[in-house]
Amino acid sequence: MADGLLIIGSSQAGVSLATSLRALGHDEPITLLGDENHRPYQRPALSKEWLQGEITNEKLMFRTQEYWAEHRIDVVKNERIIRIDKNDDGSGVAHSMSGADFPFDRLALAVGARARRLLLDGVDLPGVLYLRNADDALELKARVPGVREAVVIGGGFIGLEAAASLARMGRSVTLIEAAPRLVPRAVGEQTSAHLLAHHRAAGLDILLGASVRRIVPRGDRVGGVELADGRVISADLVLVGVGVIPNTELAESIGLVCDNGIRVDESALASDGVTVAVGDCANLPNPVPGAPEGDRVRFESVNNAIEQAKVAAYAITGRREEYAGIPWFWSNQGTIKLQIAGLSTGHDRTLVRADPERGKHSVLYYRGDRILAADCVNSPLDFMAVRSALSKGQFIPYDAAGDPSVQLKSVTVDPAALVAAD
Amino acid sequence: MPQVTYTDHTGASRTVAANVGDSVMETAVRNGVPGIVAECGGSLSCATCHVYVDPTALDRLPPPEEMEDEMLWGAADERRDTSRLSCQLKVTEGCDLHVTTPTTQV
Repeated sequence: MADGLLIIGSSQAGVSLATSLRALGHDEPITLLGDENHRPYQRPALSKEWLQGEITNEKLMFRTQEYWAEHRIDVVKNERIIRIDKNDDGSGVAHSMSGADFPFDRLALAVGARARRLLLDGVDLPGVLYLRNADDALELKARVPGVREAVVIGGGFIGLEAAASLARMGRSVTLIEAAPRLVPRAVGEQTSAHLLAHHRAAGLDILLGASVRRIVPRGDRVGGVELADGRVISADLVLVGVGVIPNTELAESIGLVCDNGIRVDESALASDGVTVAVGDCANLPNPVPGAPEGDRVRFESVNNAIEQAKVAAYAITGRREEYAGIPWFWSNQGTIKLQIAGLSTGHDRTLVRADPERGKHSVLYYRGDRILAADCVNSPLDFMAVRSALSKGQFIPYDAAGDPSVQLKSVTVDPAALVAAD
Repeated sequence: MPQVTYTDHTGASRTVAANVGDSVMETAVRNGVPGIVAECGGSLSCATCHVYVDPTALDRLPPPEEMEDEMLWGAADERRDTSRLSCQLKVTEGCDLHVTTPTTQV
């Protein structure tokens, strides 16, 4: 075992895999390889605190240089792998665009996802930006001082976070979403409506059900966005946040099964049984206890990257652990702190707990008597109570949860207690 | 540089030189001190950087704001009078700090 583990991708999942392995006492060589010319850094703040200048670059770094050196994790920057030769035993060589070779005994793919590009006239004009990595964020931040009017295309997490940040930086912001509501994939209708009211009151101009026909130039750069109804919204900056595409090309090239991500099992092992895939690029069995048999998911979250990397680290060190847990997500949008616990898929009723004066708004999702998930705006107590109940298999009875002055924690019960009461 | 000492639940300690202005959480994570997970990177969303602060230092620290206070009620391990989220504790000049990490963060 001279070459050790090669981890392709040095963002949250790759970093978590390397650090988890060392924490478990894994002693083999580890190479952590990234294709950006930056030390491994954290992405979430790029659209929020970092963009607004509240935190420095240094705060984004995952670990000190000393940590990497002491733990003998070989961090390689700025190398993009374009081809992999892999043997049946899982070993092989990865070849980079620069011509460098990276031999490995075992391969881990933490290759993430890339921003989905708009395919419209004008998208190549200067001033049309995406926001996925540090270079995207550096370009955005450098342009903001010269921006008066910004248009954000896409009302998901990235779009809303960036729009709220730009508005707080004094820019006039119009956000365009093609669906009839905000964040249609990640939250329910009641949360969407709450977010819409909040962001409009905070000064964002939000257009729903609006589709973009093309990007309009002004001179040799971006000048506006033309909608399908012919309206043109003037803009000196257009930021596109319309989702991501998992990077599966390398995996496909070495024969790994891919379907909306690299297919892995409960231990984060790909279809060859050896190669590991973790983070945004992985398509995995739904880890929620009691999820329908065969149900698969792909997450774009820090929590998943960390938890899946832990399981992968166990697999690499010869311990088989199955990934089970309650997914959770967060999104800070201006003064809104949105926290989501669980997956609402399959719910048949909802319950709203709201305290408008304090800006608190939670939506709880139930299937029958069982709570599945919650979207919590500025309500950390509700979020923590639901996350905790879900992870312990406890119930939060629907009829007891409606009064926002009653803490959810105080009405949470074990299923056994419910049976006893019947 | 100010020093932050981290003692885990088994009693093992590690002292790290900290940059003024960094949080107690950042200082731990960047240097690979175990016992602090900090999934959300310090945006006050996860309560996985829970620590117990040395009682003699408690008065020197600004009290928790409402959001931290609410998150602390959901921390994985027992909340005590000395409980804080270490992402909210800034290292200040000439002010060494001693914290104990709980048995579990998740």
